[in-house]
Amino acid sequence: MAAGRRAVLRGAAVVAPALLASAAVPAAGDPLPMRQPAPGLHVHMGVHEESTPANAGLIANIGFIVGRDAVAVIDTGGSAEAGRRLRAAVRAVTDRPIRYVINTHVHPDHVFGNAAFVADRPAFVGHRALPAALAQRAPHYREALRRTFGDAMAEASAAVPPTLLVEDSLDLDLGDRRLTLRAHATAHTDNDLTVFDHAGGTLWASDLLFAQRIPAVDGSVTGWLAVLDELAALPARRVVPGHGPVSEDWPGALADQRRYLTVLADEVRAVIRAGGTLERAVETVGRGEAGRWVLFDDYHRRNVTAAFVELEWE
Amino acid sequence: MNRRSILMAPLIVPLVTLAAPAVRAAGESGDGARWAEIRRELFGDRPIEPAGDRLVLEAPGRAEDAAVVPVSFTATAPRRSPDGVRSVHLIIDNNPAPLAAVFRFPPDGADPAVATRIRINEYTPLRAVAETADGRLIMAERFVKASGGCSAPAGKDQVAALARLGRMRLNGADAAAPGRPATLQVLISHPNNSGLQFDQISRTYVPPHYLTTIAIAHAGRPLLAVDADISLSEDPSIHFTFVPDGPGPLTVRAEDTKGGVFDGAWPVAGAPGG
Repeated sequence: MAAGRRAVLRGAAVVAPALLASAAVPAAGDPLPMRQPAPGLHVHMGVHEESTPANAGLIANIGFIVGRDAVAVIDTGGSAEAGRRLRAAVRAVTDRPIRYVINTHVHPDHVFGNAAFVADRPAFVGHRALPAALAQRAPHYREALRRTFGDAMAEASAAVPPTLLVEDSLDLDLGDRRLTLRAHATAHTDNDLTVFDHAGGTLWASDLLFAQRIPAVDGSVTGWLAVLDELAALPARRVVPGHGPVSEDWPGALADQRRYLTVLADEVRAVIRAGGTLERAVETVGRGEAGRWVLFDDYHRRNVTAAFVELEWE
Repeated sequence: MNRRSILMAPLIVPLVTLAAPAVRAAGESGDGARWAEIRRELFGDRPIEPAGDRLVLEAPGRAEDAAVVPVSFTATAPRRSPDGVRSVHLIIDNNPAPLAAVFRFPPDGADPAVATRIRINEYTPLRAVAETADGRLIMAERFVKASGGCSAPAGKDQVAALARLGRMRLNGADAAAPGRPATLQVLISHPNNSGLQFDQISRTYVPPHYLTTIAIAHAGRPLLAVDADISLSEDPSIHFTFVPDGPGPLTVRAEDTKGGVFDGAWPVAGAPGG
């Protein structure tokens, strides 16, 4: 499918002046350690922590795919430093041009390393709803970056909006290596994008799949369950989750998360049907999932809140 | 009305950015300077007694989502006793617009017991100040740890939210019966934009657009009137309790800052038909 048919190419004029300043920040840190689960597929595994200066916001899986002619980066980490170290990892492997930087969704741990790639003049690729989400959330996220990393790193970690939007799906060709990008309906967020690498049958699901780390519902619990069914139908041989280890158990790798989201939806619905309040749901729903997920206590109650205010409209 | 407007959004917003640093310092140290100012604006020199067990205010000590913090109050004194409650001011000291809402309970209306959801912008005392039938003020307070609720980006799915603007829902009507207390929930789909949410592309704040009044009645009998402000969460939710005295429609009328008027009606307690 031609890129022009379903994608909107937008000018790069939106790049903020602050980025020019960020280019002058000295490179910090070594190339990220990468794994190569398949030829040309490079993944850095995020840690199951909140972002801190010590982890530089490297809490999500990020990486790149190398084709004959070019490189596509998939997500850039939670800070300019994370982005610079990812870029150094690309350059440790290949000097081919970085033609695409794909952002799988708006969350800070996936987009705030973008600034490190501006000088490469790639197309920044995102879901059709990413610009609006980024515009609304950037000020909020900037404050969080300041609190976490301090003013200098927050300033360097500028939000770089997408220049190439995926309306529905879009194929990118890196030279004998075709990637199919899909823009999904509201699930983890309202701007989730997945990447299918045909060469090795790898689905880069990003945060549509959490393994080990508790999923965070920032979109729609029912929408997410529906998208999981769509993903399960893809002929993947391997999946790269947004958090947690790469798996070759497909679609078995979806099972834990599907169970969690199903329990969440079912138990919230039961509270609503019984006339229960949000407070009651937060106290009672999903307790059987405690102990099965890293960071459960940090996110679960918030997930219940999100599910409740969604499902009470059913 | 004059008094009300001072602490509510349209006037307070321009002051916010100037006032915020001082307010933060006051709030975190437990200094009551902010409260003293709010109290003077709302209640002048009137004495305010601690409510004790006459008014129970419930809220989480630490909110899971600062944009959707569940809060409830219950006045325990019999309606027709001197301590019977006629109105409740819900106040969030450190919010840009501290007065979240005023709930007014007609003598034959709903019980003075309401659960709703609010936005909380930073660690803050939360207060319910009730006016009694004999004109005294009693207060219950809590401290809530939450931040960012007022400037938090609106909804998780903007397209879905706009598609249902103004839609209403009544939960709990099935169980209502004449002569027995019924607890119902009114949900109103509305972005309740605070005016404090910044859009990076347009470089402007999303204009304030929120519900200002919600009036609830049953078979023509007023049950509850709410004067609301930006601190109520997106898609405002109100749980209330009343005793139906017979079949009749439960009606809700809500009005917003852009002149929008939203009406809902449902049969309750055996009313015939739609």
